[in-house]
Amino acid sequence: MLDLLWLIPILPFAGAVLNACLGGKPPKALVTIVNVGAPLLSLLLALGCLWEYGHGTTQVIERTYYAWTAGALPSLQIDAGFRLDQLSAIMLFVVTFVGFLIHVYSVGYMAHEEGYRRYFAYLNLFMAAMLLLILGSNYLIMFVGWEGVGLCSYLLIGFYYDQEFPPYAGKKAFIVNRVGDFAFLLGMFALIAHFKTLDYTRIFDAIQKQPSLVTGPTVAGITLASFVALCFFVGAMGKSAQIPLYVWLPDAMAGPTPVSALIHAATMVTAGVYMVVRTNVIYQLAPGVSQFVAVIGAVTAIFAATIGLAQTDIKKVLAYSTVSQLGYMFLAAGLGAYSAAIFHLGTHAFFKALLFLGSGSVIHAMGGEQDMRQMGGLRKALPQTFRTFVVGALAIAGIFPFAGFFSKDEILHAAAANGQWVLYAVGLITAALTAFYMFRAVFLTFWGKFRGTHEQEHHLHESPPSMTIPLWILAVGALTTGWLGLPGKSNWIHNFLAPVILHPAGLPEPAEHELSAIALGLIAFAVAVAAIWYAWTVYGKDNGLERGKEWATRSPVLHNLLVHKYYVDEIYDTVIVRPLALLSTFFWKGVDMLLIDGAIHTGAATTEVAGEVGRFSTTGNVRNYALYFFLGVLLLFLWLIY
Amino acid sequence: METLTFLVFAALALGSALVVVSHKNPVYSTISLVVTLFAVAVLFVMLGAPFVGVLQVLIYTGAIVVLFLFVIMLLNLQPRSRDESRLAGQGLQVVGAVIGGLILWFLIFFAFANSSFAALKPLTAEMVSLKTLARDLFTEYLLPFEIVGLLLLVAVIGATVVARKVPQADATTSYQKPPEGSEP
Amino acid sequence: MTPAVPVSWYLLLAATLFAIGVVGALTRRNGISIFLSIELMLNAANLTLIAYSRMLDVHTGQLVVFFVLAVAAAEAAVGLALFIAVFRQRHTIDLNRINLMRW
Repeated sequence: MLDLLWLIPILPFAGAVLNACLGGKPPKALVTIVNVGAPLLSLLLALGCLWEYGHGTTQVIERTYYAWTAGALPSLQIDAGFRLDQLSAIMLFVVTFVGFLIHVYSVGYMAHEEGYRRYFAYLNLFMAAMLLLILGSNYLIMFVGWEGVGLCSYLLIGFYYDQEFPPYAGKKAFIVNRVGDFAFLLGMFALIAHFKTLDYTRIFDAIQKQPSLVTGPTVAGITLASFVALCFFVGAMGKSAQIPLYVWLPDAMAGPTPVSALIHAATMVTAGVYMVVRTNVIYQLAPGVSQFVAVIGAVTAIFAATIGLAQTDIKKVLAYSTVSQLGYMFLAAGLGAYSAAIFHLGTHAFFKALLFLGSGSVIHAMGGEQDMRQMGGLRKALPQTFRTFVVGALAIAGIFPFAGFFSKDEILHAAAANGQWVLYAVGLITAALTAFYMFRAVFLTFWGKFRGTHEQEHHLHESPPSMTIPLWILAVGALTTGWLGLPGKSNWIHNFLAPVILHPAGLPEPAEHELSAIALGLIAFAVAVAAIWYAWTVYGKDNGLERGKEWATRSPVLHNLLVHKYYVDEIYDTVIVRPLALLSTFFWKGVDMLLIDGAIHTGAATTEVAGEVGRFSTTGNVRNYALYFFLGVLLLFLWLIY
Repeated sequence: METLTFLVFAALALGSALVVVSHKNPVYSTISLVVTLFAVAVLFVMLGAPFVGVLQVLIYTGAIVVLFLFVIMLLNLQPRSRDESRLAGQGLQVVGAVIGGLILWFLIFFAFANSSFAALKPLTAEMVSLKTLARDLFTEYLLPFEIVGLLLLVAVIGATVVARKVPQADATTSYQKPPEGSEP
Repeated sequence: MTPAVPVSWYLLLAATLFAIGVVGALTRRNGISIFLSIELMLNAANLTLIAYSRMLDVHTGQLVVFFVLAVAAAEAAVGLALFIAVFRQRHTIDLNRINLMRW
């Protein structure tokens, strides 16, 4: 089975290609079979591979399929290969499992869409790229997948291309991502320059044995390790929506909701975290950059959480929530708690996907309405959605025994244990905010009186099983996945991932922390419960929205700031976008039209003028022609004789 | 003796050539051409090619020039009238032509002046004989010979086709307006 | 006996005839006259060929003249036929008047 590892990304890719070959108007059933079947097969194959891997003895399965540079550039070692180790195993499970569930959900959600077939083609392509990203054995394959998911993100955000905003949002996502990709490339180039390869095994082994390979070389006081770590992190900033490159994620909500669930919650945005954790050996040797990563993560977490407090669009709340939770993951990675980061990645995939799909169910019932101010009291009309949504909300809020409690707690524990009390405080406050805004959303949507139109009220209905069954499955995940990381010696995930966390020679072993996990856990739990209770008092009653508004008007300046997302988009627009647009216009009008087109026009005009003048030689008089003829002969004669 | 012959016939050729290019009556030009051709035929004989000389008289003067005369008579060409000056409206042409001609002559002259010519061997009967000429023609130059035959055939057909009188419905007749009321 | 007239004289004569023919071809307005000048030029070429044939002691020149004669005949026939056709249309042989393909 492990020999078929390469099929896992190829199957969804084949699904996408097959989709394109299905002729003009294929029946929906056919599209469904092909494009949901492919991820299903991938999932089964992945489970098979994982089973074999789990029951085998090899720690790392590496398969090289093609030695790309062997022929032309033997000094460079870049191959096309896959690597299955503990880290990619976890990612593989998450991506294929959650991905498949979302495909199933999409069948129901997108049933009435005209672009059904196009949607599934893109979604399959995305799966292929994401799987490539996590299974790659070197940074180049990762980068190919990285770009591939960026492309699919663009395609799927701009899915409703006949409207004005989605294509713009798609462009924004792609361009902001590109900034990060540029840095990622710089990091890769630096690695190539020093190691002549991009292979994980070769690079990490070399560094582990001899850390001076990356701590030695410096440019302007910056070590190679710091440089690569920083470049890679900037790439992660773009892909995983950290400050300052997060601005594309909220706008990405313009895409269909399952896309938001899959790409912008569970999988693509986590690629940055995966990349940082994969590169952990370098980050351990670049303590300044690691601290930077942690700080950015924490700041992003609290920043996004504050914005989430004031949003009225249910998807936007979840979007900012995603940014915030990703901040947690980077906080963990920056602190060196790599397994905690991956743990939170895994649990987050389940409960965030659940929340998004649940919101999709709500939107579906509301006939497309996303504004929570129009909702209310939906728990009666949408019982399954309601229950699963609450499970997700409890998970994200960090309530025992749901998943988020354990994973978030792990991160806070890491912060405290490292003595980083400021970061710990930020994390704790963010946890409170998270619980608050999440349940604000829950209460506004599911409690109180319905605030929408009569039409919408009539339309309310629970979603079909193709949508609700994935919800339930994810809910089970949101409950149970936390139990993989019980604190203490038996932390399964921590032990499982231990081999992936390399220890460079000469670096002191991270000390075992004595701080009581239980005490910290109780504090976090209490804070979350308090936040939920407070949200209840404000939003829980029938007139929740009015009370919320009243509450907001108490500090209008702050409220305004939050509603307008701290005006970040506007600032970017003025400082970056406008000048670039002006510059581009200059190059367009001034250089392109004037100079380049002008040069061509001059050439054409010259020919034209020459023609205009030259035509006077065609007098129509044969004897003139004879004269020219004769003169030519004279010249020829001259040339021949002399 | 030989030199004298040469000079006489050379002068004759040149003189009649000048008449060919300058006389205002085309018939006179044609007759002058006959004289030129004849003089050149004599020069051919002097150069040891009697057969070609005879051919020249037969074909050129006997056929081609007669053809010219026929056409002149058919088209009823008039001599250039008195008031129509030869140089009317074509000053540039004439000047250019004369200058070009002079340049050409001088070029050739200088080309010859800078090369040396071997002395001619005396003529032998063998050099002049028709037998060797004919043998070469029908062995080494057989293909060109046949092709020229074909060429003459094609020329005859072509001339006939081009010069025939076309029926009225041919496209070469001038455009006639369609009857009233019909589609354009 | 060695010929008294050097070959170069013949060649020069041919060159002169050729030059005269050129001037005639470019100067005359009458189509037929131009044709006559062309025949003159052909003759000059023939003379040159025969002279070289004599000088180099081969028969090639004479044979080429043979073909030139034939081609000149063919060309004269077709050309005159063309003149007839043109005359039917334009009722003139004056080449200055046959200039429809002006700019």
